[in-house]
Amino acid sequence: MSGPGGATRPIPQPTPETEHFWEGTKAGELRIQRCQDCEGAYFPPRPFCPHCSSRNVAVEVASGRATLYSYVIHHREVPGFESPYAIAVVELEEGPRMMTNIVDCEQTPEALELDMALEVTFEEQDDTITLPFFRPAEGSQSRPAAGGAR
Amino acid sequence: MKQKSVAVVGAAETTDLGKIPNLSQIGLHADAALNAMADAGLTAKDIDGIACAGESPTNLAQYLGIVPTWVDGTAVGGCSFMLHVRHAAAAINEGLASTILITHGESGRSRVGVGGWSMARASLNGQFEMPYGPMGPPTLFTIPWLRYAKTYGATEEDLANVAVIQREWAALNPRASFRDPLTTDEVLGSRMIAWPFRKLLCCLVTDGGGALIVTSADRAKDFPQKPVYVLGTGESVETPMVSQMDDFTTSRAFRVSGEKAFAEAGITHDDVDHLMIYDAFAHLPIYGLEDLGFVGRGEAPDFIRERNTAIGGKLPLNTNGGGLSYMHSGMYGMYALQESVRQMRGIAPAQVEGAEISIAHGVGGMFAASGTIVFSNVEP
Repeated sequence: MSGPGGATRPIPQPTPETEHFWEGTKAGELRIQRCQDCEGAYFPPRPFCPHCSSRNVAVEVASGRATLYSYVIHHREVPGFESPYAIAVVELEEGPRMMTNIVDCEQTPEALELDMALEVTFEEQDDTITLPFFRPAEGSQSRPAAGGAR
Repeated sequence: MKQKSVAVVGAAETTDLGKIPNLSQIGLHADAALNAMADAGLTAKDIDGIACAGESPTNLAQYLGIVPTWVDGTAVGGCSFMLHVRHAAAAINEGLASTILITHGESGRSRVGVGGWSMARASLNGQFEMPYGPMGPPTLFTIPWLRYAKTYGATEEDLANVAVIQREWAALNPRASFRDPLTTDEVLGSRMIAWPFRKLLCCLVTDGGGALIVTSADRAKDFPQKPVYVLGTGESVETPMVSQMDDFTTSRAFRVSGEKAFAEAGITHDDVDHLMIYDAFAHLPIYGLEDLGFVGRGEAPDFIRERNTAIGGKLPLNTNGGGLSYMHSGMYGMYALQESVRQMRGIAPAQVEGAEISIAHGVGGMFAASGTIVFSNVEP
């Protein structure tokens, strides 16, 4: 996605601890980690469990299903973005939360209902980075995007 | 802990507040420091401990001509100064230093001698938050509110009440940036920044600074000003990423820091006469009142609407006008501390008559960190 003047959104720079996540999004998978000792799922990536400190952790592919936990709708002009746009936090079905944008949906308080069902979708940014976004889950009650605003 | 054995003996803000284009950031630190040293009747030669955030303590010590035996550069955002007070108390009690200077200065508005706001692309924020378009605190600090609002049925008017009542306090304060009366309609009609947060629900952006001098309670009576004793302190951190808070309806760092400070001070909520809660945005006093335990969860909006925190109310809150109306240079914690000290000295423009215990509660980052200080003008 490019904004006014061809500006683009900030592109992440993976580290060794997060590489698997970004390889996953490139492959169309939302990868989270789960502790093999306490069984807790967590995000963002790190090579140990934040719940019990165990290093015995594994990567798994999340279902991609989530609900809308909270957000704001930004109204100021930001290079790389079409204002107004929502900066959202979603809660994955597996438990962890992550920041994202909600796409294929009007960016209004009426359309963005807390706890609405969402599903992950991916958008390539460059050769390395594909970002995960979320959209209203198929079959859920939501207003379609007006004029492809996303 | 031996928190009861230290006191604030020097306290001052920068000579001017608001727009100060003729001073760089380190210059604001120094101006506040010189004012605080004058307040305490000291010179740099008398200071043997230094703490600051937003500037390197090395730079500042050299700049002021201080030779410290104790240095603290803890920088966890706007509540860093609460942590400095806590650390200074420990250092004095341990004999590491006797007279500690804590400074803040920030060219928040004029941006003289400061860096920009940026996040490394390889940091966790850079990878997992920045790509989604937040532009600083107005779009990050504010994200938890809708979850709180849905959980407890709070409204935009509840947020507006915070700004309106704080403006009433600001009207009594000649140094406040905004003093004209404010109505709920004006707040809710102000420019949208990041829904549901409008301009008048966000703090000011100004230049300024402040400094404190802390010493042992034993020495405190030898200084010209009325000593303000530190009864209890607390600190904690939660997460640098707002998206990773435990629960968007409450701040874990607030709760941990607050509980520690109350326990150290050995006080109950009924003992508190005056309260400062860092208000970078209008929802923070709501979280603070609940997380410090003054009211139950979900009860703060009603508590504020019933004017308990207003002039004449039972818990005067943010009596300088707060970050929403008084001033906010980016790291507001120092100004909350300064107002608590003024209230305990009995010299605040909106003085709470007979107040003996004041709490200054701070936040750092976007709910990332917290510090709480319990002050008293009664010798413990």
